[in-house]
Formats: sequence, structure tokens, C-alpha cells
Amino acid sequence: MATVQDYTNEIRPTWCPGCGDYGIWNALKRALVQAGLEPHQVMLITGIGCGSKIPDYMRINGMATLHGRTLAVATGFKLANHGLKVVCVHGDGDGYGMGGNHLLHAARRNIGLVDVVQNNHVYGLTKGQYSPTSRAGWVTPTSPEGAIDRPMNPLALVLSQGATFVARSFSLDIPHLTNLIVQALGHRGYALIDVLQPCVSFNKPMSYEWYRERVYKLEDAGHDPTDRLTALERALEYPGSERIPIGLFYRSEEVPSYEEQVSTLRAGPLVAQPLRPRPSADYTQLWQELF
Amino acid sequence: MSAIDVTFRLGGEAGQGVESSGAGFTKALVRAGLEALAVADYMSRIRGGHNFFTIRASDRPVLATREHVHLLIALTGETVARHVEHLVPGGVILCDETLSFDETVLQGKPVQLLRAPLVAIAEGEGDRVMANTAALAIAAGLTGLELAPLLSVIADNFRKKGSAIVEQNTRVAQTAYTWAQERSGMCPWKLQARARSPRLTLSGSQAFAMGALAAGCKFVAGYPMTPATPVLEYMAQHAAAWGLVVKHAESEIAAINMCVGAAHAGARAMAPTSGGGFDLMTEGVSLAAMLEDPIVVYLAQRPGPATGLPTRTAQSDLFLALHASHGEYARIIMAPHTPEEAFCCAVRAFNLAEKYQCPVIVLSDEYLAASIRGAEPQDFDVQHTPIQRGKLLSQEELDALATYKRYALTEDGVSPRALPGMGPKALYFSTSDEHTEEGHITEDPQLATAMAQKRLRKLEYIAAEMRPPLLYGPQEAELTFIGWGSSYGAIREAVDLLNAQGRAANMVHFVDLWPFPAQGARQALAGAKRIVAVEGNATAQFAFLLQAHAGIVAQQKILKYDGRGFTPDYILARLEA
Repeated sequence: MATVQDYTNEIRPTWCPGCGDYGIWNALKRALVQAGLEPHQVMLITGIGCGSKIPDYMRINGMATLHGRTLAVATGFKLANHGLKVVCVHGDGDGYGMGGNHLLHAARRNIGLVDVVQNNHVYGLTKGQYSPTSRAGWVTPTSPEGAIDRPMNPLALVLSQGATFVARSFSLDIPHLTNLIVQALGHRGYALIDVLQPCVSFNKPMSYEWYRERVYKLEDAGHDPTDRLTALERALEYPGSERIPIGLFYRSEEVPSYEEQVSTLRAGPLVAQPLRPRPSADYTQLWQELF
Repeated sequence: MSAIDVTFRLGGEAGQGVESSGAGFTKALVRAGLEALAVADYMSRIRGGHNFFTIRASDRPVLATREHVHLLIALTGETVARHVEHLVPGGVILCDETLSFDETVLQGKPVQLLRAPLVAIAEGEGDRVMANTAALAIAAGLTGLELAPLLSVIADNFRKKGSAIVEQNTRVAQTAYTWAQERSGMCPWKLQARARSPRLTLSGSQAFAMGALAAGCKFVAGYPMTPATPVLEYMAQHAAAWGLVVKHAESEIAAINMCVGAAHAGARAMAPTSGGGFDLMTEGVSLAAMLEDPIVVYLAQRPGPATGLPTRTAQSDLFLALHASHGEYARIIMAPHTPEEAFCCAVRAFNLAEKYQCPVIVLSDEYLAASIRGAEPQDFDVQHTPIQRGKLLSQEELDALATYKRYALTEDGVSPRALPGMGPKALYFSTSDEHTEEGHITEDPQLATAMAQKRLRKLEYIAAEMRPPLLYGPQEAELTFIGWGSSYGAIREAVDLLNAQGRAANMVHFVDLWPFPAQGARQALAGAKRIVAVEGNATAQFAFLLQAHAGIVAQQKILKYDGRGFTPDYILARLEA
């Protein structure tokens, strides 16, 4: 049975002191331990951004890809080896901006990925430009007159596309986030966890305090996570109001995952299958089609 | 007896079955034991316009189509107007007896118009939609080809529609054939069936895709784009039986990144695309290069920029393939010249990608991809083709190591590769950032230099595997053509025609393009007196590479960038004295 120590390596994070990434890092390691997974049974795939460096700081199969392409790479990986748990961690610029198209397709496909989005509402590694989730009117280096774009609503988006596991957490509440990641690891399809986190360097208005005043737990509000329409109503609360629901919005185990439905994969992970069919296979069939 | 060499052309609107009828007739010619090559010329639309299909049949190998036509099957008046210029003296125009068109276009032309009861026979024996069947049977009847091969193709092609449809089409063909036999004296070009063991009728797309199956390709992700779509579809249609996963992705960006993910997991992965799609893929290709994950890109060229001529051919993406992506890294580029070579290139591409853990780009084009021809099945050995996985570690090999570093600095630049999931020893991080031998992010200048050199050092070793160009023609020649990729057949026939005229010509043709086979080029062209570069682009991209890397200058360039493939006639017409 793996421990948090088994997921720890000697590399120290480069994140700013107080960064929300620390909470996500801790929660992820705890969740993997709680789920009973060994490091070599997990593939951690990230994009580019401060938080996407997370696999460098863990003892795990890790892969940091291109900005925005996390879910596409992870989809290919999962289809090639669905024997591993594939976990994605990336920021709001990566997941909701550059990767927005991959997000909605991952949701409608129900590909078996745990997708943790570090949503700090700002571009951190490029130093403070507004992101797809930033509030309208916010003045940043690329929005000197205030952002005109209104913030996107990733949870409502993926719910509308048939997502089967939709959740939000807060990086300061490590037990809450840990619990949701554990649940997501047990889900059969695509699971989005939007994680609110402060950026102590570039998004000072949205501090720990700011979040703490606004978040409330869906489980305390009697929300039924099997009801998709109510989940959508809850998802529409933020952005848009001063109350931010966190917790499990929606979960359904009714829809099979994408990889469960690919006939080839019923024989096991693709990488474990022979490169060519067994010699008994009728190779001349390919010729017969063309005679 | 002189050689058989007959060119048929079938023309009409999109939606009139020009391509399917033409492909069926080509298959019948191959089943009759003849050599055949067919090229479709079609517009980017589903209905209307003007499409035509040219089939050349011979008792000798056919490597290209010619500009002249012996028998024109016109489903529309526009077909007559457009193609009458290409008919040889005495050439036959076959059309329905009721087709109305401006016959003044025939004035002064030494051609024969044959109005046949195509629709009447079709309606009498079956349905008017079978008029094309009647036309093909008349083409067979006029050229003296026995009907049996065409009937066998009809039986195969219409089997899914039921025996009644097969029987009706058969009767239509028989009646039309008899009608034509009574008039066959007007057609001096005759075909003679030959008994041969069964041969394939296939396109370059099918040949390449079959090669990918033979190579153990397990994962394909793509987005439909002419002329690469047939490869994506072929792989999808064979996925279940051959144990592949084929993903029609949301974009080419998604497709290539899915391929990188699958390759990283250990599956042989391929992305089929065309120029515009490859533009979108280039950052993903750089990711594969940085992570040292083996991927194969099938890049079927068509004219650009932007949408260009979507259904037509070009050789204008050589520089795109060569310069795709930011940064510097090892890549391999090859451009097959025939379906047989497309099959071999597919196998080689997967083997080299894995051996050198780098991207391999196979440059095809619409001409090679879509033209169909007869071929020997044994040239497509899907069962015994060797699969080489390079430094991919087995579980035992990994277990025997004391420690493991995914990006270990090695002499040839290639590091032993363990796959994620192989166990605690194989735990490693791969990042698109510059990294240490263990895979951790680094900005150390010495390490950055060492890693860049490691990735580029592979080129020296790959270069030793690059095949020299193909040579054809007499050793001593007054002129030497150079070419690459699909123009091979047209150039080779031009060489034959020149030598037959007493003008000594030969050719040097490149299939392996990068790392540039400079030594092979210098050797092959050492005695060349006058070099003529033939390329399907406007800027002579290959000639530029030849000059840059081998110091060899072409004296003349014959370039074509109208979206149509080369013919020997086109080359000879532009050859300077």
C-alpha cells in the first residue's frame, strides 16, 4: 500500500510561497494514496503553466505536454493504455482557454480522465494577464482598459455537453479536494474538478479571504448530485453571483466511458496487444478486398 | 505485333458515377490481365461541375497517363467540348443517342462520334441508372476486350444491392456489348486479355494504409482532409479486425496530440493529414521530438496556400515537412513514388520512428494517393514484414538495469525507452521543457546544449540509413532528370520516349529525402551532363535542397503547379533542346 512518501521526490516546487498549487499537490498525493494506487499505476499528464509543473515534484509517471493540449494527449494515452489511471492537472488558461475545444469534446466523449483544473482566474507564469475565467472589467497588462470578455462557465459548459462527473473545490480545503479526487478516481468516465485557487502574485483581489467569504458547500445545501438540471442551476450561480458553490454538482455512472466502448480495447490495453494479429489471422483478407 | 496502349476517358458531372464507373472499368482491365493506371480529375463538390477519369491500359507496365485519348465516354456535352482536343486522329467519342450538345465543336476534327442507345438499353434491361454500365460494356466491345472481367466486377460491385440488380446490370452489359461488337471495326485500338494470377487494383492510399497495418500501427488519429482521408478511413474500417484504435478527432491539433499520447504509452501511432491539417499539427510534432516519442505523419500534399485546390495534387509541401515546428530536431522524410514503395515506406516509417524516437513524415500527394493501378499481391506482404522497435526495453531488460534514465545521454542520441506502467523503476517525468537525463526540468546551459546535441545527433545515424536515389536509363546520357515522389512514372516514361527517339536520357529519383542523401546524390549525378529538375511546385524546392546540400545545380527546371499530375508529354513539351 503506497504512502504519501512514495509519491514524493527530491525536487522542490518553484511555486510562490502561499500559492494554491501547494494545496492541490498535497490533495492529489493524498487522494492517490486513499484510492490505493501505486505511483506506477497512475499517469499524470499536465500542460504548461505554473501548476502544470506538478509531475516534476512527484514520484509518478508524469508528462508535461503543450499549453492547452493536455486533454488531447491524455485521450491518446488513455486509449493506448487504459490499464493506467490517467489524471490531468492544468490551469484555467490551459484547460479553458487554449484547450477549450478539447474540454467540451472530452466531456461529450466521456473519456476516462480525471481532469483537475487549477482555476486561479489569471495567467501566472506569463505574469498576470486576464484568463478565460477572469471577471469582466479587470485591468491587466493585456486588458489595460479592463477585460471586455465575460468569464466563461466551465461547469455549465461540460454539463451541457453531457459530462458525467462535475465538481468544484477550493485549494485551501485539502480534505474537501482530496475527497473529490478520490471520488473522481472511482468514476468510469470523464471527471472535471474545477479547483478555485488564489494566485498570490498576480491576482491579489481574489485572496484566500475573498474565496472563504464566498464559497459554500453543496453537500451542506442539500444538493442532489444525481439531478442534472439542478446541477446546471447551481453551476450557473458562479460566475455571476457572490456565492460560489463547491462540491459535487453532478455524477452519473450510467454512461459507459469511451474506452469501454471501443471494441479493440475489450481485449485489454492496446499496448499489451500484439502489433499484428496472431499468425492464424487471415492476412490475405486485405488482398481479397482488392482483387 | 505492336504493343497495346489504349487510353479511355470518362467524363461527366459530379454525382453521375464517373469515378465509380471508371474504377470498376480499371479493375476489369486488371482482371483481364492487363496493366492499367487510372487518374481521377474531380472537383471539390458533390454534384454538378465537370469530373473525368482517365484510364490507360497496356500489355506493358504503365507508369503514367498520357495526354492523348483514344476513347472518350461523354456523359455530358461539356465532356465533348473539353476533351475533343485530346483525342487522337480517329478517336471515338461515345455518348448516349439523346445527348444534345453543340456538335460544331467537332467540325474539322478527325474524330468519330458514336451515339449509342445507352439509356434505352439500360431502361430495356433494367433501369436508366445503369446507362454507365452500358457505356463501359460498349468500351469493352469496341476494343475487343472480352466481357467476362467486366461482368465479374459488376457482380462484385452490385452484390450488396441484391441479385436482381446484378442480373439487370449483367443484361445491360451483355446487350450493349453485342451492340458494340457489330461496330467494333470503327475502333482500331484493341485490347487482348492475358491469363495471369490474380492481381490487386489499388490506390496509393490503400497501399500505404496496408503498409501501416503490416507495420503494427495500433493507433491512428486524424481529421478528414482530402487527399489523406482514404488512409484514415481504411484504418478505421480495419480497426476492429486488426486490433487498432482509430480516433476521428475534433481537429488536427487534437489528432497529433492524441498520437503523441498514444506513442508515449507505447502504441505505434500515426496521423494522416494534408498540408492545412499538418500546419495545425506542427506544434504537436515538436512535442513528439522533445519527448522523443515515435510518431508517423502521413502528409498527402495538395496545392495551397490555405484551401488551395482541395481535390488536386502538388509537391509543394517539402519545405513544410522539412521546416515544420519551431526549434531544431531530428526528423525523417520520405516520399514514395509508387504504391509498392508507399507500402514499404509505411513499414520503414514506423520502424525508423521507433528506432530513432523521432517524428517520421511520409510525403504523399493526391496523384499517388488517388490514382489506382494493378499490382502484384506479393509486393504487399502484410504478414512477414519485419517490425523493429529499436531501444524499447522489455520488462526483463528493464528489470536487469540498476537504474533507469529515460533521457540518458548516449552516443547515438537514442536513449533506452521504458514505458509508463512498467513498474517503479520506470517512473519518469517527460516534459516539453528542456530536461535532465532523468526528465526533470532544467535551464542549465551545459545540459541544454547536451540535450539539443543528443536530439540532433540522431541525424548522423539516420543519414547512414537513407537510401541513395533510384537510377533509371542508360549510364551515359546527354540529359539527366531529377525528381522525387509521385512524378517518377511520368519522368520514367519521358526517359523511355527520349531514348526511343535516339536522345540518350536517364533519371535520378529520390525517395528518401531527409536527412538529405547528399553522398548518394553526388555519386548518382557525378557524370550528369545536363540536369533537368522536374517538380510539382513553383519554386523547385527539391532542386534548392540538392544545391544546398550536394552543391549540384539543375540546368533546367520543369515545374507544374496547376494541381494536375505530370505526364511524360508535359515534360517533353517543355524540355529545352
